[in-house]
Amino acid sequence: MKNSVLLTCLLVAMVNISCAQPSDNKVDIPSEVPFTANLIIDELPIPWGMAFLPDGSMLVTEKSGDLIHFKDGKKTKVINVPQVYSRGQGGLLDIALHPDYKNNGWIYITYSSTEGEGDGGNTAIIRAKLKDNALVDNELLYKATPNTTKGQHFGSRIAFDNEAYLYFSAGERGERDVNPQDITRDNGKIYRLYDDGRIPEDNPFVGVAGAKTAIFSYGHRNPQGLVKNPYTGEIWDHEHGPRGGDELNIIKKGANYGWPVITYGINYSGTPITDKTAMEGMEQPIHYWLPSIAPSGITFVTTDNYKGYKGNLLVGSLAFQYLERLVLNGNKVIKREKLMADLGRVRNVKEGPDGLIYVAVEGKGIYKLVPKS
Amino acid sequence: MKTFLLCYFSVISGLFLYLYQDPALEESIQRGSEIYADFCVTCHLTEGEGVANAFPPLAKSDYLMNNREGSIRGIKYGQQGKLVVNGATYNSVMAPLGLEDEEIADVMNYILHSWGNTSDKIVTVEEVKAISKVAAH
Repeated sequence: MKNSVLLTCLLVAMVNISCAQPSDNKVDIPSEVPFTANLIIDELPIPWGMAFLPDGSMLVTEKSGDLIHFKDGKKTKVINVPQVYSRGQGGLLDIALHPDYKNNGWIYITYSSTEGEGDGGNTAIIRAKLKDNALVDNELLYKATPNTTKGQHFGSRIAFDNEAYLYFSAGERGERDVNPQDITRDNGKIYRLYDDGRIPEDNPFVGVAGAKTAIFSYGHRNPQGLVKNPYTGEIWDHEHGPRGGDELNIIKKGANYGWPVITYGINYSGTPITDKTAMEGMEQPIHYWLPSIAPSGITFVTTDNYKGYKGNLLVGSLAFQYLERLVLNGNKVIKREKLMADLGRVRNVKEGPDGLIYVAVEGKGIYKLVPKS
Repeated sequence: MKTFLLCYFSVISGLFLYLYQDPALEESIQRGSEIYADFCVTCHLTEGEGVANAFPPLAKSDYLMNNREGSIRGIKYGQQGKLVVNGATYNSVMAPLGLEDEEIADVMNYILHSWGNTSDKIVTVEEVKAISKVAAH
């Protein structure tokens, strides 16, 4: 008898271990949340990127091509913003301040650009300064090639690490069999540059014949979430997979994240892409979403402002229109929660320098999560 | 004899128009299917079924059938705000897709002839071109 109980326990434990993700692909709805969502900037069709200036004002990119400076409750359009290639998922995309913005004033912006040869566009990143309501000293730091008229997968999120290296993503532009696994081509990549656009000498593919040496990692599909883990200094990404293949990854130098050779997802039509979910030499996600939530925007909560949230990740869901809270145990997702249900397509989420969380929702605007006292 | 000739010519010209339009429509649908796979499938899915509460269905959509002009306008200039499709209310945003008028005609023809949808009249580039951002009252 004793043995059979033991055996049952063992069996249950084994079943749990053998599943890649035992119970974390279930999303809970909390009965109570430690905040109230206040709409602070209204009437924004597709607010894509957000940056917080030292004076408490905000810069918001609108996918259509407008850069909005929100100060003292007023929206002002910033001028001399680069012309965007407005097609499909392209537009004016992410925005980030240099970690030492107070001293150097550099602002980094990604967008879809027609620069260079050929019809269409591809992901570009510039840096510029804000002066008298205009971007000045604009410098193009990188432009992915070739241009294409395809509408998908520009990637475009920006992050800085502790040494002020600049990271940004460029999605595979709808060419999954051509771009992501080829390091001599752009797209389907996460890049690392010095803050002035130079390529670091110790980038992983420097010295490799024909390689795009700005590449830091490859085998990505469409990363629309990139953030420094403030606790470890690592760069984390999440990316849109095909049906059932959205991933959360920790970005390592020179690593291959497998798209489209390995994936947990299938084609939108339901047909398989590959029968492999793992392969030697390719990274496993630390979490994958099933079904796909279509993640966009990512932030760590680093304060005690929201009871129980410190150290958690927040991720926007475009498909299911909510803000997702991921409780972590080290690198493992141990709980998922649905916040702000049915609010709208959550495009971005960021912790501001004031320690509060800001959420960008399509068709609505920017919400500030005000902690309940 | 006069009546016969009149009938004869109208039948012939009718037949000609029918046969002439068909390959044009077929080709437009074919091009439209590629546009759909690039720009639309992510949200509206392969069978045009959409996603509950987020992206309205295109398959057997009453909105699409009854609002041909509004549907074209939505693709051309983007769509925002409340929309009732097959009795369900959607309140989401579709960004302007940046498609050429010809591409919009193609994808409309694809949508209007897929997943059980039917339409008597081909969507032409001229029809798309004539549609302005704001509906005429």
